[in-house]
Amino acid sequence: MSNLFSSSIGKKLIMSVTGLFLVLFLLLHLSINLLLIFSEEAFNEASHFMATNPVIYVMQYILAAGFIIHITWASMLTLQNRAARPVKYSNNDPAENSTWSSRNMYVLGSLILIFLFIHIFNFFYKIKFSEVENDYELVTGTFRIWYFSLIYILGFVFLGLHLNHAFHSAFQTIGWSNKIWMKRLKIIGTIYAIVISIGFAIIPLFFLIPELF
Amino acid sequence: MNITLKIWRQKNAKAKGQFVEYPLSDVSPEMSFLEMLDALNNKLVKEGTDPVAFDNDCREGICGMCSLYINGRAHGQETRTTTCELHMRVFKDGETISIEPWRSKAFPVVKDLIVDRNAFDKIIQAGGFISVNTGSASDSNSIPVSKAKADDAFDSASCIGCGACVATCKNSSAMLFVSAKVSQLANFPQGQVEAAKRAKNMVAKMDELGFGNCTNTGACEVECPKGISIKNIAKLNREYLSAKLSD
Repeated sequence: MSNLFSSSIGKKLIMSVTGLFLVLFLLLHLSINLLLIFSEEAFNEASHFMATNPVIYVMQYILAAGFIIHITWASMLTLQNRAARPVKYSNNDPAENSTWSSRNMYVLGSLILIFLFIHIFNFFYKIKFSEVENDYELVTGTFRIWYFSLIYILGFVFLGLHLNHAFHSAFQTIGWSNKIWMKRLKIIGTIYAIVISIGFAIIPLFFLIPELF
Repeated sequence: MNITLKIWRQKNAKAKGQFVEYPLSDVSPEMSFLEMLDALNNKLVKEGTDPVAFDNDCREGICGMCSLYINGRAHGQETRTTTCELHMRVFKDGETISIEPWRSKAFPVVKDLIVDRNAFDKIIQAGGFISVNTGSASDSNSIPVSKAKADDAFDSASCIGCGACVATCKNSSAMLFVSAKVSQLANFPQGQVEAAKRAKNMVAKMDELGFGNCTNTGACEVECPKGISIKNIAKLNREYLSAKLSD
């Protein structure tokens, strides 16, 4: 185990494992949020459960740690990667060999982080630290304001692009990939990214669209 | 064909380089890219100017000496092609062609378009070999290796060490190069003996030499003149992590 985590592959393993943990978290988050569309009562109940259950109470700290480690290591690796090419090409055509999102994971991650701050302030902070009587009203009330909905939808677009590269990349880093599985993982990753981004985006739209007409 | 070349000129490793434009007329579309540069250098020598320094050797796509970042792509726009196999017919008459050296901290410029790729040799010296006695040809023929593994190893062994993967990678990562050698040797019983040590030492050397970290963009595989697959990188990650975890 000596200096595994100071090696390039070790650092990427940390990115990969924390990333996959966040991938699972997003699925759980989405499944609870979809209750918003179906039932006010069910959502409030789920929301109450998440706020009071002791397992979830512990998990929220692990989740925060997952985010912090993922972001910190990404920053560290990005700085190293930038240092590895001190003189840039004056003529470079990377679009011919790789996707935009794969080359801009840090940019997408930073945009998602800005979104995350807005999101935490909108809901988590308010529910935790001020008296919110009805979580459903708070969430749906926010989504009925067009600019908040727009911020959320943009956030989900960035998230979808980030996840589309992240999913297969995480498996590749762990070594769970080969020529055949790479193709499969890319397809599964794209489906996952679409489900997450469209799934989340439906919710603000569901409450915003009736407001507009 | 008449073309304009926009070439990176740099006197030595310490000098500050810059682009210089050279018009070149009567270029035959049948010329290889390096023959075109020879024609330019002949002209420069006649004019009494210092010719453009560039690396080359076999000129048949197997030695890995030629490099060059041409119009924003390693070895030019053709796929699975080294610069010596690139022909002027893929360019347009009147085109301005930009030529830069590989850009990477681990590959410092020596002069003009020549970069120092000794970093790759140092990585190989760290573990890219088999030190156990593998016997004579007849001995090695008696060691059973499956066809699939032999083919896989041969694919990985086709890496010519040109450095296009590093040059192309947005992070200047050498993972494709290192992974090709590690997977090639890990496929053989003779190579298995030192597999764990090899993966650890080669990765440690790669990190030490200032190459960046792989972010799995897959650009290296597209630009590799030998079509080395990034499945090798997954295999290197497997080999490395299992070696480290069993320490």
